[in-house]
Amino acid sequence: MVLWLARSRLSHQFGVRIGAVDALRRSLLWAPSPSPSNPTPTPSSHPRRGDRCGGRVFGDRRPLCSAPSVGSSDEGEDPRDNRVLDFPGGKVTFIAEMRFLSESPVERVNCYRVLDDDGQTISGCKFQEVSKEVALKMYNDMVTLQVMDTIFYEAQRQGRISFYLTSIGEEAINIASAAALSLDDIVLPQYREPGVLLWRGFTLQEFANQCFGNKSDYGKGRQMPIHYGSNQLNYFTVSSPIATQLPHAAGAAYSLKMEKKNACVITYFGDGGTSEGDFHAALNFAAVMEVPVIFFCRNNGWAISTPTTEQFRSDGAVIRGQAYGMRSIRVDGNDALAVYSAVHAAREMAISECRPILVEALTYRVGHHSTSDDSTKYRPIHEIEHWRTARDPISRYRKWIERNGWWCDATESELRSQVRKELLQAIQVAERVEKPPLSDLFTDVYDRVPSNLIEQEKSLRETVKKHPGDYPPDVPV
Amino acid sequence: MLGVARRKIACESIPAAILGQALQRIRPLGSILPRNYSNGAKEMMVREALNSALDEEMSADPKVFLMGEEVGEYQGAYKITKGLLEKYGPDRVLDTPITEAGFTGIGVGAAYHGLRPIVEFMTFNFSMQAIDHIINSAAKTNYMSAGQISVPIVFRGPNGAAAGVGAQHSQCYAAWYAHVPGLKVLSPYSAEDARGLLKAAIRDPDPVVFLENELLYGESFPVSAEVLDSSFCLPIGKAKIEREGKHVTITAFSKMVGYALKAAEILSKEGISAEVINLRSIRPLDRATINASVRKTNRLVTVEEGFPQHGVGAEICMSVVEESFEYLDAPVERISGADVPMPYAANLERLAVPQVEDIVRAAKRACYRSVPMAATA
Repeated sequence: MVLWLARSRLSHQFGVRIGAVDALRRSLLWAPSPSPSNPTPTPSSHPRRGDRCGGRVFGDRRPLCSAPSVGSSDEGEDPRDNRVLDFPGGKVTFIAEMRFLSESPVERVNCYRVLDDDGQTISGCKFQEVSKEVALKMYNDMVTLQVMDTIFYEAQRQGRISFYLTSIGEEAINIASAAALSLDDIVLPQYREPGVLLWRGFTLQEFANQCFGNKSDYGKGRQMPIHYGSNQLNYFTVSSPIATQLPHAAGAAYSLKMEKKNACVITYFGDGGTSEGDFHAALNFAAVMEVPVIFFCRNNGWAISTPTTEQFRSDGAVIRGQAYGMRSIRVDGNDALAVYSAVHAAREMAISECRPILVEALTYRVGHHSTSDDSTKYRPIHEIEHWRTARDPISRYRKWIERNGWWCDATESELRSQVRKELLQAIQVAERVEKPPLSDLFTDVYDRVPSNLIEQEKSLRETVKKHPGDYPPDVPV
Repeated sequence: MLGVARRKIACESIPAAILGQALQRIRPLGSILPRNYSNGAKEMMVREALNSALDEEMSADPKVFLMGEEVGEYQGAYKITKGLLEKYGPDRVLDTPITEAGFTGIGVGAAYHGLRPIVEFMTFNFSMQAIDHIINSAAKTNYMSAGQISVPIVFRGPNGAAAGVGAQHSQCYAAWYAHVPGLKVLSPYSAEDARGLLKAAIRDPDPVVFLENELLYGESFPVSAEVLDSSFCLPIGKAKIEREGKHVTITAFSKMVGYALKAAEILSKEGISAEVINLRSIRPLDRATINASVRKTNRLVTVEEGFPQHGVGAEICMSVVEESFEYLDAPVERISGADVPMPYAANLERLAVPQVEDIVRAAKRACYRSVPMAATA
């Protein structure tokens, strides 16, 4: 009956003879009831070329192309559509037509910003106030980080250390996020966050010691440069594999939750790190376990030579937070005040509501990936220079503190020369300090040194004694 | 619920044999307690031994917690964690989503901050998806952080071949994990081993890989009162001489210990007295006990289920060559699984795994009752 009706209506509308089979096929595709107010439908099952997606083509149903995201209401919707289905996972409203979520949103997620390019607070902005003391310490540390990076990079180029990795362009992220945390908050870094350590009190000498792998290095010379770690400052030792720190962070946060401590975990990673399986597992788990952790993504546009366009097709990292049921925010990573405010708020939410938060800071990696990379090979020099100068987070923030009357040119040059002097001094000292002793080769493999390693050490010492010429003279036995 | 286990254990339906065995092993709660015999000797299944060890350690230290797939509501894929969710609650027994890499990383992170997780892998075959976290995040961290970060974590689960589960569910990982400095690797055989070694592993400040065996879970062993005591603990790094002998040393671990003991029985009827060493600890290997035994018997047969190349037997042989070469009266014989991915068909599987007869023949070769393998090369 319906079939006959459909066929007759369709034939009448189109003025075209269609066979019974065609009519049957069409009636199965969608329930036909074209209303007279609508334009003449076509017999094809594809929308007419030139139809804008979402436009009415056939009756009052949408065409089978990509539709705007779910949530946009449709006028004249059939009231039968407001029914609810019960499935594992909860209730869902069903609709009787197919709607695909668009692969890209109409508008990208907005970015939170407080200071404009001239270092002026944007009118109507809301941010977490900082005292003059904190504001100046932030600036101080941002400059120190920048100078430290420059000098250590040069030291590597001179062959004095084997490797280095800079955070140029990401000073605001480093320092401002650290400033918004307390010393009790646990930090699990990737490797481009030495500023957090700096904020917490790691000295330039301690940085240098690690890079030179000398006796005073807290890592006992076991790791490559920039793999800093400090128990005291609650900064977990840098580990090279990408994104492994993310599930660690979720686990450490779980531990904090069990302790009911007034502290959270923060973990940093780049845009590239979001491709790792560990990213998925960590965010998913953290949301399910409801643990106090801040996932801080430094989206600096590049993963060595891979630009974000080749890394993912999503709207950055922030959009994924919602997919995991996690509250998230996107901030201007070169705006120190915005980063400070966002992390401050995230921390409060993480601790008081015991939930994970995702913060995506948009920024630019001004330096090469590391001393093993020459980024001019895959990106234009003028782009790098633009971000180094016009979009520099430090000069922008400096304008703000100058406007507040807290800074001037004289103090600027004083600070920079002071830091530079200290650094060169630290390098000279670190270079001359002895390397770690031979016994440090065998300790810490296990909690207590096992017998086989005690034997090996003994036999190694005997060999060194027997053949002193084969053994470097500056390494203590 | 079995549907979930089904997905992990085999792609299609669980072979009837396994299902039958599994159903037989799902016993009512009452039998968790060891049965008493009139002569006073108690017997305990390996499964019960592991369960009681977990229970006692969780009770003693509130930092100890379990995580893994199906460990909670399902009572454990092999029922090792039965009753623990009910007793300790969801904060201490975590049912994880299916991501070995994820939950291993999370466990390691929790251990970094001072908790003592016990991470269960449904089988160690799946641990390969998490092996970066086991090696790079757990094993090496105390060293790389120069003692600042310790990782008191235990990774446990069934290892090696079960019955009819094919290549991706049958590999032995003893050699893989024992290769890595920073890890301790244990493999129990009896109920006593299971209890004592698991307790030692949980109490140990270093990361421990604890390799169980699915087919041993249902086997019962006599246990003394000392073993049943909650403070019972076995030292890590000490092997046990299961059977003393004079003519040939046979080393084995896990299920192969049972096979070695059977082989020793057969050999004794032919006048060969075999000394069977249950390694218990793969890393650190008890080289002292092994070498002392070889110095006594002068002949060695190593037995393991895993693939031959770079296996545990190769390391034991080298240790003996390094320390007791002059004492060897015959080349060292090595019995291992076949150098092929484990086939599924029952007849092929039987041929791919060491059998008691293989051990008997190897011991005879070592005793010059027949020509040694090395001599035929």
